[in-house]
Amino acid sequence: MVTSEKELGEAVASASGPMRIIGGGTRPIGNAFEGEALPVSGLSGVTLYEPGALTLVAKAGTPLAEVDTLLASEGQRLAFEPMDHRGLLGSAGEPTIGGMVAANVSGPRRVQAGACRDFLLGVRFVDGTGRVLKNGGRVMKNVTGYDLVKLMAGSFGTLGVLSEVSLKVLPMAETQASVLIHGLDDFSAVRAMSAALGSPFDVTGAAHMPGGQDGEAVTMIRLEGFEGAVAYRAQRLVGLLSGFGEVTIEDAPDQVAARWAGTRDVTAFHGASGDVWRISVKPSDGPEVGARLRAAAGAEVQYDWGGGLVWTLVAPGSDVRTALAGLGGHARIERAETAKYPAFPSQGAVLDQMSAELRARFDPRGILNPGLMG
Amino acid sequence: MEMPVPDPAILSQKAQIVARLRAVLPKSAVIDDEIETRAYECDALTAYRCPPLAVVLPTSTAEVSAVLEICHQLGVPVVPRGAGTSLAGGALPTADCVILGVARLNQVLEMDYDNRFIRVQSGRTNLSVTGAVEEQGFFYAPDPSSQLACAIAGNVAMNSGGAHCLKYGVTTNNLLGVTMVLMDGRVVEIGGAHLDAAGLDLLGLICGSEGQLGVVTEASLRILRQPEGARPVLVGFETNEAAGACVSDIIKAGVLPVAIEFMDRPCIRATEAFAKAGYPDVEALLIIEVEGADAEIDFQLGKIIEIARKHDPTEIRESKSAEESARIWAGRKAAFGAMGQINDYMCLDGTIPVSKLPFVLTRIRELSGQYGLDVGNVFHAGDGNMHPLILFDANKPGDLEKCEAMGADILRLCVEVGGCLTGEHGVGVEKRDLMFDQYSVDDLEAQLVVKDVFDPDWLLNPAKVFPLAATKSRRAA
Repeated sequence: MVTSEKELGEAVASASGPMRIIGGGTRPIGNAFEGEALPVSGLSGVTLYEPGALTLVAKAGTPLAEVDTLLASEGQRLAFEPMDHRGLLGSAGEPTIGGMVAANVSGPRRVQAGACRDFLLGVRFVDGTGRVLKNGGRVMKNVTGYDLVKLMAGSFGTLGVLSEVSLKVLPMAETQASVLIHGLDDFSAVRAMSAALGSPFDVTGAAHMPGGQDGEAVTMIRLEGFEGAVAYRAQRLVGLLSGFGEVTIEDAPDQVAARWAGTRDVTAFHGASGDVWRISVKPSDGPEVGARLRAAAGAEVQYDWGGGLVWTLVAPGSDVRTALAGLGGHARIERAETAKYPAFPSQGAVLDQMSAELRARFDPRGILNPGLMG
Repeated sequence: MEMPVPDPAILSQKAQIVARLRAVLPKSAVIDDEIETRAYECDALTAYRCPPLAVVLPTSTAEVSAVLEICHQLGVPVVPRGAGTSLAGGALPTADCVILGVARLNQVLEMDYDNRFIRVQSGRTNLSVTGAVEEQGFFYAPDPSSQLACAIAGNVAMNSGGAHCLKYGVTTNNLLGVTMVLMDGRVVEIGGAHLDAAGLDLLGLICGSEGQLGVVTEASLRILRQPEGARPVLVGFETNEAAGACVSDIIKAGVLPVAIEFMDRPCIRATEAFAKAGYPDVEALLIIEVEGADAEIDFQLGKIIEIARKHDPTEIRESKSAEESARIWAGRKAAFGAMGQINDYMCLDGTIPVSKLPFVLTRIRELSGQYGLDVGNVFHAGDGNMHPLILFDANKPGDLEKCEAMGADILRLCVEVGGCLTGEHGVGVEKRDLMFDQYSVDDLEAQLVVKDVFDPDWLLNPAKVFPLAATKSRRAA
């Protein structure tokens, strides 16, 4: 196993065929392909952490749990709230920081704070010829040359093998609370979430569970911050949202944390049979997509990001993308029993061609996770 | 500063090129008169000037596409131009180029408060985006100091920042989608009202590419609800070390101010002489602003002041009203103008790790002595984005060159301590030749191949961002 960036470069340079890059091995997402395993978990460790500068640099194979623990010791966190895919995908292994970046993994707070890619300050990686490259750095504002940092986030190892990443971190909130609206249909729920997200109260999560925890739909608005501010904002939100239905405040820390962890990791679909898709749409289109899916495929759905992220569990082999007809957005397969459809959608002929050409430049031999993204 | 030698073949075909452009654009949208093209000879980096071959001012994506298709066919370089406020020379023409100005692409296309975005044509000014939505209580967060004049097209090209980035991020964090025309005239839509890319994050790649990959004609921008209120506190210190440590402690304490601005003594004195904001005569001054409802602001400012007191401040002024806030900000907002009253100045924007602040300020002072040029420092302390203002006399032979050499030394210093050459202004022509100080040959090659994909003939803004020697073979091809 490679244990340094240099060895990683040599391993790629001397590869004779396709390689399957493995961080923690927790996320078998994407199209299936053959390739020799290239584990990067040997590249591990936090190389720099400056709490006063909100900056963390870590080697790509560093376990996410190690990073979380270190950040928590200084009262900080990864603000984009990366989800843990293991329950949903039925996988084992230890999520790594490189895997998180390669898949641009975010969670409920993405709607307010931004995605993983928004907090990614710099990358070091090995391209398909074995060259060690860097882009960006460790500072928060950097427009020096092209932003390959964003390009690498969410490229699933198809442009290069990450060896080190720098991230902006943020303070953990002192306290949090959920404002809950009970019994709303999907359309009303998204309207309520839009009202909350369009309020001055700095909402850090807005999700809707049509089945709730006990069969009754629940719409969830999260507030985080200093205790007094959260209490004040919760009261103001209750006032703002009372026209939509019965509104309650949940502020027991364990309950709030569990509710949002469940939303983040889509626990409602854990262990259920069927295919799971992840759909990103304009938030107000979310309920329409949900309605179409239920009508056509008998789907189960849940909404995050104020309606903009639709998770759906459908019968195996269902084509979820037809539900987006006439709307914008995109759908990705997270888990499917058979490889009937490409996991990643087309971005249109021209952008697909551009993407293919970019891959051909970064990985001329086409050996890095070939075909994973299509 | 070197620019490519204009292609004589293109210069000799001016009449034919202009005729082709006139055939697809309204009469008033093509400027080829030698006097009129002068208006486009430079941007805000006024030290370098060169009138272009012609200027086009299209009003639609279709017109932009037609222009680019023609220039592509004829092999004419195109330099896109927003509002011409680039401090880095991003819109500096060459004599054989067509300037594609987006100033007439200024319409709001869609306002969607439920989904919290606005779609605009890219020539619209930054401040007028907020202007379009503020009646409903919303705003567009990135706020470069040129926001009254600068265009969204330029903001996207340079990935512009502003004073409030610490909380709200820069352009790339607030950009949801673009309509972009490729150099060969093809029109692409990237992103939209939804979040995140379906495949590779091409939107993230476009943002900050300095107009070298395509011409953005429309942009979907995230809008946010305005906070209930905002108020600053001003704190003065006798040392830069104390101010730097205070910034670090505030951030560590879990308070996330919306802005932390820093000014040093030379800048404070210049500002006082000019704007009379009543600032204390201290070594370092911080303006820290927080947002929220009144009680939330009081609480956060209380916490900040408590932390500041541990660093022996010589002055603490907490704003209790809109008038007091305005007074605190008055000096900071006048700082650039104040420096400009003293002499010509060059404004750099290298970024450093916040922890290196005292060291870098000391080194800048040493360089100032060495070169015999005064420097004032204003900067966004929360994110380490420096703004050293080097004073020089443009009418004094050799002064500009001296100033540029000193600026280059400061930027190398920023890179040396773990930072970068430019935090928000862009590379343009100004920092082009310093790129190898930050990146290796391979690192830069990885960027050059991106341009090869989007603009294989290297016709879009070709003389910017990269050292000319590194791109010569590509531009000549």
